[in-house]
Amino acid sequence: MAESDVTQIDGVAVEINGVEVIAHKGELLIDAAERTGTYIPRFCYHERMKPVGMCRMCLVEVDTGRGPALQPSCMIECTPGMKADTESAITKKAQDGILEFLLANHPLDCPVCDKGGECPLQDQTMAYGPGESRFVEEKRHKEKPIPISDLVLLDRERCILCDRCTRFAKDVAGDPLIHFIHRGNNTEVNTFPDEPFASYFSGNTVQICPVGALTASTYRFKARPWDLETTESTCQTCSVGCRISIDSSRDQVQRFAGVDIDPVNWGWLCDKGRFSSQVVTSEARLSEPLVRDNSGLVPAKWSDALGRFATALDNASSAQSIGVIGGSRLTNEDAYAWSKLFKGVLATDNVDAQLGDGLPAHVVLGLPAATIDEVCAPGGTVLLLGPDVKEELPVLFLRLRHAAVEDRVTLVEVSPRSTGITSLAAASVHPRPGETADVVAALMGTTSINGEIAGVSAVELEAARSALAAATGPITVVLGRASLAESASVTVAAASAILAARPDTTFLSALRRSNVRGALDMGLAPGLLPGRVTLEDGAEWYSEVWPAMPSATGLDTEGILRAAADGRIDVLVLLGADPLSDFPDADLAERGLTGARTVLAVDTALNSSSKRADVVLAAAGFAEKAGTTTNIEGRVSTLSQRVTPPGTSRADWMLAAEVSTRLGTDLGFESFADVLAEISAVAPAYLALDQAIAEGSPDGVLLPLDVVVIIDEDDDDIVIVDETVTVSEDGAEVDVTADVVAEETDADDAEGLIEIVADDSDVAGSMPPFVQYTPIDVVVSPPVDSYSFRLVASRKLYDQGTLVQSAPSLAPLAPGSTVSLNPWEFDRLGVAAGGRAIVRTAKASVNVTVQSDAGVPRGVAAMIVNQADGRVSDLVSADELVAEVRIETAP
Amino acid sequence: MARLTNDNVEIAHEIIGRYPRPKSALIPLLHLAQEQDGHLTDEAMAHIGELVGVSSAEVLGTASFYEMFKMETVGRYMVNICTNISCQLRGGEELLAHAEKTLGIRPGQTTSDGLFTLEDVECIAACTEAPCLQVNYRYEHRISNEGFDQLVNDLRAGRRSDIPSHGVLAQVRQHIPEDRRAGVVAPEDKAVPVWIAAAGEGDK
Repeated sequence: MAESDVTQIDGVAVEINGVEVIAHKGELLIDAAERTGTYIPRFCYHERMKPVGMCRMCLVEVDTGRGPALQPSCMIECTPGMKADTESAITKKAQDGILEFLLANHPLDCPVCDKGGECPLQDQTMAYGPGESRFVEEKRHKEKPIPISDLVLLDRERCILCDRCTRFAKDVAGDPLIHFIHRGNNTEVNTFPDEPFASYFSGNTVQICPVGALTASTYRFKARPWDLETTESTCQTCSVGCRISIDSSRDQVQRFAGVDIDPVNWGWLCDKGRFSSQVVTSEARLSEPLVRDNSGLVPAKWSDALGRFATALDNASSAQSIGVIGGSRLTNEDAYAWSKLFKGVLATDNVDAQLGDGLPAHVVLGLPAATIDEVCAPGGTVLLLGPDVKEELPVLFLRLRHAAVEDRVTLVEVSPRSTGITSLAAASVHPRPGETADVVAALMGTTSINGEIAGVSAVELEAARSALAAATGPITVVLGRASLAESASVTVAAASAILAARPDTTFLSALRRSNVRGALDMGLAPGLLPGRVTLEDGAEWYSEVWPAMPSATGLDTEGILRAAADGRIDVLVLLGADPLSDFPDADLAERGLTGARTVLAVDTALNSSSKRADVVLAAAGFAEKAGTTTNIEGRVSTLSQRVTPPGTSRADWMLAAEVSTRLGTDLGFESFADVLAEISAVAPAYLALDQAIAEGSPDGVLLPLDVVVIIDEDDDDIVIVDETVTVSEDGAEVDVTADVVAEETDADDAEGLIEIVADDSDVAGSMPPFVQYTPIDVVVSPPVDSYSFRLVASRKLYDQGTLVQSAPSLAPLAPGSTVSLNPWEFDRLGVAAGGRAIVRTAKASVNVTVQSDAGVPRGVAAMIVNQADGRVSDLVSADELVAEVRIETAP
Repeated sequence: MARLTNDNVEIAHEIIGRYPRPKSALIPLLHLAQEQDGHLTDEAMAHIGELVGVSSAEVLGTASFYEMFKMETVGRYMVNICTNISCQLRGGEELLAHAEKTLGIRPGQTTSDGLFTLEDVECIAACTEAPCLQVNYRYEHRISNEGFDQLVNDLRAGRRSDIPSHGVLAQVRQHIPEDRRAGVVAPEDKAVPVWIAAAGEGDK
């Protein structure tokens, strides 16, 4: 927190080393000292966890009126008149003594320890410790290291018992799988025998370990800290947008670490994000373009590959015969460049960044938005209406967990089965798949509760309704797809029911792919143009910067695949997308890919779909290109280049520009900054973004900005303001004040507004309004068939996706395909936990292992998306509202 | 598999019912498990974790603090011989040496018939009766070499019904009917005591 935040009113005057400073009310002495420039050494204290006073390193002399005494500064709050001396002889003697004790049993194997060079114990011993040890006895010896999970190793000799990892596991992650055991003289951190620390957040313990006791299997003996080069960036594993640092050595990415920013990740990362550092260096990465000849895909020259790519697009019979799928794992600049190429040059609107597994763009962009901080604001009420956040957006789970456990936030969950957050929810109801909207309407009080609704008992409904009714202010909703076996319209109808009953509700979209929000913002969805405007409203606005424009709203991914299957798509472009694995209906994806005459792919590595392409352009990936990204909140943060891309692969925006040049149109981009500048000049929600980023902090910039567009007609000090466009928060109101003459200084007075000075050509006419959300009132779900089970297809953090499978440490963690059933169903089906069963729909059947799960309601079969052996996407039909399956014992 | 037996699960639920929070029953349940198997098995600890709603690691963390919870198989009779100062002066060390010879094992070991485990312990608070020892925490006072041999013979012959097998705390199990239990109220649900309320500190 900045010093300027301190106000005299609720401040507490304390004296640290003879200087009076103002502490916040309730602030710990260690924090107040650090904030005002006095660092007190510590091992166990961590600013994102509760203090425990375990290590005693932060002892300082404190006088609260009863004379000076040594006290741990992490355990005392500042009180008026408190005097602390962090440099007195007694304090120094205490620090020296504590370090001598800590080092008594520390092995001092620093030369072979991965922590050496960035080790708090090493650093603080140098700064505050004794020069030599008086300990001549034999030190403790333990087996080194022992694996406590697949990803983390523990060297118990090095451990100083600070309780950071165990507190993190219990208090932050909620996975108390590591604990102090054999407490006493032989205390050590360990797991229960044969029960590993299998937490999705285990890597954080490595980052916060103040010694080299916990090390990550991916980084052991890979580099020394003094050889590392570090750049801050934003994690691109999911769309939460955690701030990270990328460490590289010898032009190879070595590891990622969490960076603490207040609005998003608080320094934490999930293991998938942290260990996806291995994806960058994966052997599967493409280093050169590939083209198909008689023998299959073979390496080619860039000129040939780009030529064939452009020719295919050029030869398409019409704009409507081009379909583009993907783009949600790109930077905003990449997405804008492709958007400009496909929509603004080739005039096709058959573009969709989502693979039928997200929500319609008008819902994501049009619903009133909530930030993560707003969702987690103390005392609030949150309705969780979407996927298992622990599996899909793990760090959002950490924030929600903290909100529920520490900040009195009431969580109410509506999901087809219990999830990782169910145990934290005040109420959790599990409606029958397809009938969520009916339950939501009842919870909102729109319909009355006269008994069971959609399989949820009246008692449970009442509990959830009263939890929601107890909310003192507007509620927030985390909205996403809980099951891919259920149409998105079910979720949209539920959101409509909420908004109809409580119009002040705000929403956070729980979409999964890293920059899906940015891709939608850049217009990679049918009927959209960059900057959150519709094709209809924005066509005129873009007419001066884009040479062409689609004539009508195009097809989404499902539509494109159907058209391709019917032979109506000449060129199918896959922008880092794998519809065969990710589209919920594998059969339709297969028919679409087969039906498309030419398949062009742009990707960092081959996946099952791009293996079938005719041309594959090798793209630079994460950490290999600069850019910006937009997270689920609509927060734009920067991505940095740390290493050079493999081989001759290059950033997507370059590829788009190259293809465009071959098609006879210069996109006008020579650097990513050019693309960002154009976005900042024309995309309505992104106006002035480049300035805001340049002035901004690592926290990123929340869009849309409040901007004043000043049209500059001469270069004098006096600026003629022809048109002032003020974009309000929801983008709906556009205030156009014409012919106002003002001095430049007047514009500066407008508080919180960023001015951009543009010439006429950039801002032609008045700004188009932002996308509006269109409600869906009713979805009619099929009647319940008591012989069938409704299928729930949800995700696990680790799957067979390219990202997980490209990281050798994560690939084996994918759980494999199972069907989870309520144990009450076993007898009537004749199946048993651990046995095999056949799950059948009209079009296909899969043979999978049966799991007993009391969190799955009766009448529901829960399966995991994109796992090996038995794909759930074989069972789902895209045209059905909800998938019904029969379950039989496997012969 | 040495999870708690069905009978013991029933007892476990009764024990859990005595406390406002299930977690508080952890140590009594560990005793129950040790009574069942003679020591704490991993399966029993995991089962206890399920019963009281904590992770297995937390059960182990608590259990491993206490010397008297044994994680390894021990004999039916745990013989603890004191060699602390009073007993040492009165021949404790010699008694231990005699016991080693008689049983043919060193401290920390178990006889091959699985009957006796020998331990060399610090003061067991019977200095007036030195040298002393305990069998399954039941005292034997002023014990001589002959007395020790007699004790071992009696135990082998099953003549010491007053000493149950290792892990059994008491021969009569405490049973508190539900209507006789008192004070099963979570601290946060209890009324503020008058002396605190009177001082105006009850608002916390």
